[in-house]
Amino acid sequence: MSATTQTPTAPDSRTTPPSKLATLLGDRRLPVLVTATLFLAMYIAGLSRYQNYGFGEPQVFLNLFIDNGYLLVAAVGATFVILSGGIDLSVGSVIGFTTMFTAWMVERQGVPLLLAVLLALGVGAFGGFLMGYVIQNFEIQPFIVTLAGLFLFRGLCLVITEESISISDSSVSSLAQTRVSLGLGELSIGAIAALVVIAVAFYVLHYTRFGRRVYAIGGNEQSAMLMGLPQGRTKIAVYTVSGFCSALAGLLFMLYIQSGDPLHAVGMELDAIAATVIGGTLLTGGSGYVIGTLFGVLVLGLIKSIIQFEGTLSSWWTKIATGVLLCAFILIQRAMTTRKQT
Amino acid sequence: MSTPSAATTSRWRALTHHHLFWPVAVLVALLLVNVPFTPDFFSIKMTDGHLYGSLVSIVLFGSPLILVAVGMTLVIATGGIDLSVGAVVAITGALTCSYISDQADQNALSGVFLAMGIGLVAAVVCGLWNGFLVARMGIQPIIATLIIMVAGRGVAQLITDGQIITINSEPYKLIGGGYWLTLPFSIFVVAVVVAVTVALTRRTALGLLVESVGGNAEASRLVGIRSRRIKIMVYVFCALCAGIAGLMISSNTSAADGNNAGLWIELDAILAVVIGGTSLLGGRFSIGGTVIGALVIQTLTTTIYTIGVPTQTNLVFKAVVVIIVCLLQSPKFRAKVFGAKFGPKSGAASGGSAATEPAKTVTTAEAAPKMEVS
Repeated sequence: MSATTQTPTAPDSRTTPPSKLATLLGDRRLPVLVTATLFLAMYIAGLSRYQNYGFGEPQVFLNLFIDNGYLLVAAVGATFVILSGGIDLSVGSVIGFTTMFTAWMVERQGVPLLLAVLLALGVGAFGGFLMGYVIQNFEIQPFIVTLAGLFLFRGLCLVITEESISISDSSVSSLAQTRVSLGLGELSIGAIAALVVIAVAFYVLHYTRFGRRVYAIGGNEQSAMLMGLPQGRTKIAVYTVSGFCSALAGLLFMLYIQSGDPLHAVGMELDAIAATVIGGTLLTGGSGYVIGTLFGVLVLGLIKSIIQFEGTLSSWWTKIATGVLLCAFILIQRAMTTRKQT
Repeated sequence: MSTPSAATTSRWRALTHHHLFWPVAVLVALLLVNVPFTPDFFSIKMTDGHLYGSLVSIVLFGSPLILVAVGMTLVIATGGIDLSVGAVVAITGALTCSYISDQADQNALSGVFLAMGIGLVAAVVCGLWNGFLVARMGIQPIIATLIIMVAGRGVAQLITDGQIITINSEPYKLIGGGYWLTLPFSIFVVAVVVAVTVALTRRTALGLLVESVGGNAEASRLVGIRSRRIKIMVYVFCALCAGIAGLMISSNTSAADGNNAGLWIELDAILAVVIGGTSLLGGRFSIGGTVIGALVIQTLTTTIYTIGVPTQTNLVFKAVVVIIVCLLQSPKFRAKVFGAKFGPKSGAASGGSAATEPAKTVTTAEAAPKMEVS
């Protein structure tokens, strides 16, 4: 992110030969491994504590995907943006707007569901495109531009209508209730869509030219430009992807909650960014894995389920736990990128 | 061109090039928009020994925002940003109110002062933590302060036990809702904080040091400025300002709401700083500009209520204002739209004339942030 001028973006510049610890800390996969280990540890702790309450059932694990599918998709979009060294604060608002827009189109305007869905995705992607265009062409900080996007989309929700619209369309409710059996348990359509998005994002980031450009720009924009990479186009594309993912997340959220409400998903951009960071993506850009984001979302989801199983803990512990985890992972990241400072 | 007219042009140019000209112009334009709708907009009445009027209430409701924005200005001047102020507002309010509500006599002065002390100490601790992460650990400010932004509201709810704590304390009511010398007391608090800040930054070398750290932290360190210490100081100062704002908000409503107190105030504050002409890149700041920026935001809010625009369009117009202000500040945009020769230099003038126009068209149907600032 360009909000700072003084943050050292250069990677390691060690003079001493790297020790074992330094090699370990220098491994880019370390944060993902830490997150995966943390997830396993939390899961095992949950198992031993709530075994008698049915925590061990495979469905509890699968529910993590069902209950957090929308967050997963939103976090994938955030991962793209953060990898490219930017930030997108408009995620939550776009999600809220999509639920509102689709519900309004289907319920109040009688537009066929499919058309409404396509329109919503288009609007989300176009919003992202516009923000990327402004960021790239007018050199305004992503933070401010996407902040304006946050206000704009949340405002548009309220312009559509101030009240919540529940969706009674039969195909929506049947879609929402469809469960695909996996033998051990079942997944909802939303969860499957989220997994597909993860797979596609994995392919795009690691096996296509576009993916490499995203990493290159996040690593060092100047070098990427000097290498002749189409840095402007890539940047705009990244925000478009994020807008599209947010809109898709909005559709999944709508499927999950079956209503449109102007106050849906307030502050979800923070969850998405937190999941990405916990998943080991460097906020300076250029380093991270979409699989890490998957684990990041799962860890956040697991915190919520554990708090539910515990029963006596209040919901605000989720926020505190998220903050503590965020802090821990930022410090790990810092240890990884530290260079010798006098 | 004759000499006197040349003199007036150059004076006019000097005026329009002053860094506070356009923020003030926007503010005045906004205020004037109200006049056709409420003819007595500028009149101030004296009732029960208190002054009442739209202008007074704009300053009163805008006080917490001004405070937070002034703290934010210094943080932004060092090239940083503080997202945690909203959470700090909530924590301070929660701690103070929960301490007061535990007192047997809620009107006891000692108890109220102690409670406010506890709240402000908590705010300072948050600031120290942010400063530590940014200056010592070298974490990007936006991320370092994100931690308290996320966890802080949880902590505030933990303190209030998820409830909205209401208190009934006369002395505490004074700071956010009371009157002193016919004016709302919070105006005096804001005036003192702003005066102290201006004195400290412009009458001593501190302001220069802050700007030099924002301009280039490494170079400042090499010339012998303790840039880390300066950074920690500005984060602590920002948190302290947010803490005072938290006291005001909770005092005004006589309640602490861990969830909603100061919600999104960080965004409004950053917006106020940007409207006031402080660059987000750091290295320059203008406290006066920030105060005007915060007043612009509050005036927008008031305007929308006076002229009867549907309130649900608030956020859309706010977004439009943000976009216009930011675009006009971008040299690249000015060069593209007004031609290359209007680039950075004379762009301020041409960009400015365009600034008032959109601002005016916007303000006729203007809308702005949420009213529940205090």
